[in-house]
This record gives sequence, structure tokens and C-alpha cells, in this order.
Amino acid sequence: MADSLDTYLILSGALFAIGTFGFLARRNAISMLMSIELMLNAVNLAIVAFGSFIPELKAHGSVIALMVMAVAAAEATVGLAIVIAIYRNRKTPLVDEYDAMRR
Amino acid sequence: MRAWLYLLAAAIAGAVITTPALLVYVFGGGTVDDALLASLATLMLVSALAVVTMRDIIRCGLAMIVSFLALAGIYVVAGAPLVAAAQVIVYIGAISVLILFAIMLTQSKAGPASLVFQTQALPAAIAAIVLAVLIGLGVSATDWGEAAERVQLVTSELATVLFRDYVLPFEVVSVLLLAAVIGGVFVAKRETEAEPD
Repeated sequence: MADSLDTYLILSGALFAIGTFGFLARRNAISMLMSIELMLNAVNLAIVAFGSFIPELKAHGSVIALMVMAVAAAEATVGLAIVIAIYRNRKTPLVDEYDAMRR
Repeated sequence: MRAWLYLLAAAIAGAVITTPALLVYVFGGGTVDDALLASLATLMLVSALAVVTMRDIIRCGLAMIVSFLALAGIYVVAGAPLVAAAQVIVYIGAISVLILFAIMLTQSKAGPASLVFQTQALPAAIAAIVLAVLIGLGVSATDWGEAAERVQLVTSELATVLFRDYVLPFEVVSVLLLAAVIGGVFVAKRETEAEPD
């Protein structure tokens, strides 16, 4: 089980699906950002699994996973800053109340 | 009285986490790695479900930390210990703390905390399940040409590749991170009134 690539990829797919559900279904903007982090982690798991099972990719998988982590950190910084800036104006973290451009 | 309830909850959680390992190790005839992977995968998926379904958003953030920790364990089982260390440092040490701070800055007590999901929650759940099934089918139908056994990655080898083949992306990522941090501070900064000079 631990020696099969399929296990890790199916695990990664399940985590990605959970993150997708959270992103589509939650009302809170920060919950949506947490779901995005879950999806990025799922992708990272797939990359690491490919790196450790396909001989040509050996160290490259881990390097790409580290790059993805750095970009995810940048994304979290900017995303949370935007949420805080919106919260200061609208006084709510719920995304369905951000309707200034629909009215 | 309350302490006993917490103890009971902890016991139930421990049973849920250790059961798959015992099932795989004792009855499935798997190795220790298999048992570890089963436990960590269960922990990761259960806490990820807790992140997207729980009512109290602080608890969602704490469940997210548990999920990241279990994923770091899975990286170790998969043979990438340096990625696991980076996962603990970056995700648990930095991003989780950032998210918890943002939660505490943006939640008002008076806000309607009862309605957690949007109206499209049911279609979203169906779409997510379909997505998971599609990924599973695609994964099991594809021949990836993989080795029969996972390779343990030596850190010095990773360092050679990172600082020889990937020097330019490494430097670009560091500049990107700096730009993102400065941009984040600028966006989140409270606008002060025009000061008299």
C-alpha cells in the first residue's frame, strides 16, 4: 500500500475534492482561503508522490514542492491582507454580503 | 464533569486514528509503513473534513493545523523528509499562525455565525464527490510507468539539484515572496488621515 503511487494520488484527489467543496460551499472568506490551502496541499502531495516513484523525477519533485510552498505562502499573505482590508470597509467576513458591484 | 467529556472525546479520536493502522497491520498483513500511512491518511482526511464543515471557525483553523501535520507525516512515509520539515515550518509555523490571526481580526461576536454554508452547498458537495470519483478513476486507469518501490531522497542530492538546476527559480521565488509580503503589509495597513506637515 505504501509502495504504490496510486495510493498517494487517490489520497491527493480526495483532499483536493474536500478543498473544492469547502471553497464552493463556505460563506466565510477566511474559510474559503483555508480550503484553498487544502487544495494546494493536495497538489503538493501529488508532486511529492511523483517525485518519489518516478526515477527520472527523483529530486525534481521535492524541489518543485518547495517552490509551490513558497508561492502558497505569498498567496496566503496577499489573500489574508485583502480579506482584512475588505473587512475594514464592510464590517463582515461573509462573502455573500460583498454585493456592492451587483446592485 | 467537563474534563471527563474532553477525555472521552480524546479517547474516541485516538481510537478512530489507530483503528485503520491496526486493521492494516494485523489483519491486512501490511508493513509498518502501510499502517502508518493508513493512520495518517485517516487523520488527514477527517481533519480536512472538519475544516470544511465545522461551525466555529477557530476550530476550523486548529483542525487545519492537524491536517497539515498529518500531511507532513505522509511526506516522511513517501520518502521526502526535507519537504516534511518545510511543511512543518512553513505551513504550521507561518501560514496557520497568519490565518489564525486573520480569523481573530475579522470575526465579530455579533455576526451571524449560525449559517455556515452558502445556498449552493448541496450542488457543491455533489460536484466535489464527482471530482473525487473522476480523479480516482483516472488515477487507477493510467499507467504512470512508476517504479515498484519508492526511493528515499537524500538531502544532499536535493540540494545539488536545487542550487544548480533551479537557481533562477529559487531567486525569483524569493523576490516574489518579498514583493508579496510588502504588498500584503501595504494592503492591510490602516489608512491614516492626512497628517499635517
